[in-house]
Amino acid sequence: MSKFPKHLAIALAGALVVAGPASAEKFGLGRPAAPDEIAAWDHDVNPEGVGLPVGSGSVEDGEALFGDYCAICHGDFAEGVDNWPKLAGGQGTLDHKDPLKTVGSYWPHVTTTWDYVNRSMPFGNAQTLTVDEVYAVVAYILYSNDLVEDDFVLSNENLLDIELPNKDGFIIDDRAESEYSKWSGEPCMTDCKDKVEITMRAMVLDVTPEETKARKVQELVKSTNPRNAAAAEAVPAAAEATTEAPAAEEAKPEETAALDPALVAKGETVFKKCAACHQVGEGAKNKVGPMLNAVFGHPAGAVEGFGYSKQLKAAAEGGLVWDDATLAEFLAKPRDYIKGTKMSFNGLKKDEEIAAVIAYLKSFAQ
Amino acid sequence: MSKGSNNNPSRRQFLSGAAVAGAGIAVAGAARAGDPLITEVQQWARGLGEGVDATPYGLPIRFETDVVRRNVPWLTADPISSINFTPIHALDGTITPQGCAFERHHSGAIELSKDDYRLMINGLVDTPLVFTYADLERFPRQTHVYFCECAANTGMEWAGAQLNGAQFTHGMIHNMEYTGIPLRTLLEEAGFDTSAKWVYVEGADASSNGRSIPMEKALDDVLVAFKANGEALRKEHGYPVRLVVPGWEGNMWVKWLRRIEVADAPVESREETSKYTDTLANGVSRKWTWVMDAKSIITSPSPQAPIRHGHGPLVITGLAWSGRGAISRVDISKDGGKTWETARLAKPGEKMALTRFYLDTTWNGEEMLLQARAMDETGYVQPTKAQLREVRGENSIYHNNCIQTWWVQSNGEAENVEVS
Repeated sequence: MSKFPKHLAIALAGALVVAGPASAEKFGLGRPAAPDEIAAWDHDVNPEGVGLPVGSGSVEDGEALFGDYCAICHGDFAEGVDNWPKLAGGQGTLDHKDPLKTVGSYWPHVTTTWDYVNRSMPFGNAQTLTVDEVYAVVAYILYSNDLVEDDFVLSNENLLDIELPNKDGFIIDDRAESEYSKWSGEPCMTDCKDKVEITMRAMVLDVTPEETKARKVQELVKSTNPRNAAAAEAVPAAAEATTEAPAAEEAKPEETAALDPALVAKGETVFKKCAACHQVGEGAKNKVGPMLNAVFGHPAGAVEGFGYSKQLKAAAEGGLVWDDATLAEFLAKPRDYIKGTKMSFNGLKKDEEIAAVIAYLKSFAQ
Repeated sequence: MSKGSNNNPSRRQFLSGAAVAGAGIAVAGAARAGDPLITEVQQWARGLGEGVDATPYGLPIRFETDVVRRNVPWLTADPISSINFTPIHALDGTITPQGCAFERHHSGAIELSKDDYRLMINGLVDTPLVFTYADLERFPRQTHVYFCECAANTGMEWAGAQLNGAQFTHGMIHNMEYTGIPLRTLLEEAGFDTSAKWVYVEGADASSNGRSIPMEKALDDVLVAFKANGEALRKEHGYPVRLVVPGWEGNMWVKWLRRIEVADAPVESREETSKYTDTLANGVSRKWTWVMDAKSIITSPSPQAPIRHGHGPLVITGLAWSGRGAISRVDISKDGGKTWETARLAKPGEKMALTRFYLDTTWNGEEMLLQARAMDETGYVQPTKAQLREVRGENSIYHNNCIQTWWVQSNGEAENVEVS
């Protein structure tokens, strides 16, 4: 079947595009998709509302959900934290310098917001909100942009009635007309300008990541070239000594004795599930979740500068300390153990994984 | 780079020092001591190297450890949803090794095995189908070289010269040889409705990164690819299967491709409305700006690849590409655009693939304002930043294909600058 000459197959297919239903050469590969499989994956929603499921959610419910799942990156009022996207504000700024592009100021369709929240949020725990919860979160985002009142309930019935301010703010790519004809033809080769002056320098702005690091590596590499055998042995050895020594000093002897290196290593692998939100180790900072150095063996909710949920703070005030038992329970079902925790993670299913992660965290317990 | 860092207190060091002094004269005089690298039997010429299998899958030799992807931490909130840059300043030829080709993830690079892989085609088709990875390998396949450029490449340079290095200004690009199945073949297998105008494609990762592609393009040259540069796609490039959309912005090259839906309207997803649209000075924004216009960049000399040799022969080299066809010509200016000379193309330009150019020239320590200007087979000439700003204003992010200037100073150092 597949011995069809390629050009013939293409010619056939080309003809069929004109003729009607495509019934070009088939290979009989694959199998029919079952309706429940299509339902499980086909979630996209277009601006005409095709794909929008039946459901509803209120601004009020959305505010609570947003606080739990979204505010950690997007701010309590959808104003954005750090470099995370701002979802509200900016209306009327699109023709200003540095416009603020949000759902309210820039996005053309509410369906896009619904679709994106439904399929890709919360970050690190996507596709966990129910349909009604998605309606509620979107309702709250609309409210944050002053597009609906605080008693509004968004549903599949009224979503298409809401027009976003910038719905008519887009044109289809017009480069063919506005640019291509202007920038075509034989270009100038000589005497193209009278004078040339430098008007801006990157060194003045100085925002480039430290490129000198790369040069230092190059220099190190050169100094350790095997042509100089003595240096080659000396330098890496020194480098290893400096990286290993602090680790040995940091770990308390009793903890070192108790920790199984294989389990810690496994924990490091499992921790990748946590790493979307948590950092641990040297230089760890608070991200979506708190940094996790010195968490094991310490009171809960104690990482400086992190905004914990009310519920976790309450548990901390109640004397919660992270030890083997409490961490194991928390990591198995975070939201059962601390109702209302911001940690939007369903939990580790396997006891071995929990033990490994705890061992890994212990290695940073200090 | 000076050899003075050689600190082995031996006779070799003494000789090496003499060699440095000799090299400083540039022309080997009669008094020059023989280069000990030649006159002495070196360890590598006496002993033995590593046996086979020392590294079953090799990495570059340790002297090349600086040739790596780098990111710009202040650009994004978190490396999970971020981008890094290909070290184009240190590469030559046109093929980008997968291991240093820029990455862009919206929810991190996921691990998806071939066994767990499923590809669904649904929507306006006779029979919605599900393919396994093994199924895909049974369709007739093709092999093509294409560049993949993020629409945001050079985006940080709209407002002015910002990042000091070709890697950072132009490194959101790679160029690989892809093996895969024409998307058309799969659409035909499912019996697509020929009146349908769009396909919607999405990935298996949490971001899904869905994009709508007009049917005309889908039937033209889009590939469902599973190999790059002869081997399986790397995890960060969408293992086991990604979409290849030649000449169009990288965001549409959906990684971990899991679903293709034939539709009569675009989805207008987040990635094609709130992002990857271009706001003009009047606040109106262009959408569906898919194609990447002709562009070029001098990769060496450049800020990360300064001139380290003395006066005399100098190779100026760089890359050019166009999403609208083959590169036909590249001109180079050493004086900020007053005069231009035509560079030599390493081989004739290929459609939607990187083209390497060279200018074999002489440098005697004079300052240069180096620029490259690409032309493609449509006759399009790469514009200056001023020309772009005149049409688009200063609020754009994506599709900055302006002519770049490197200020090469008399000591050989280079800096990213803007010129009048």
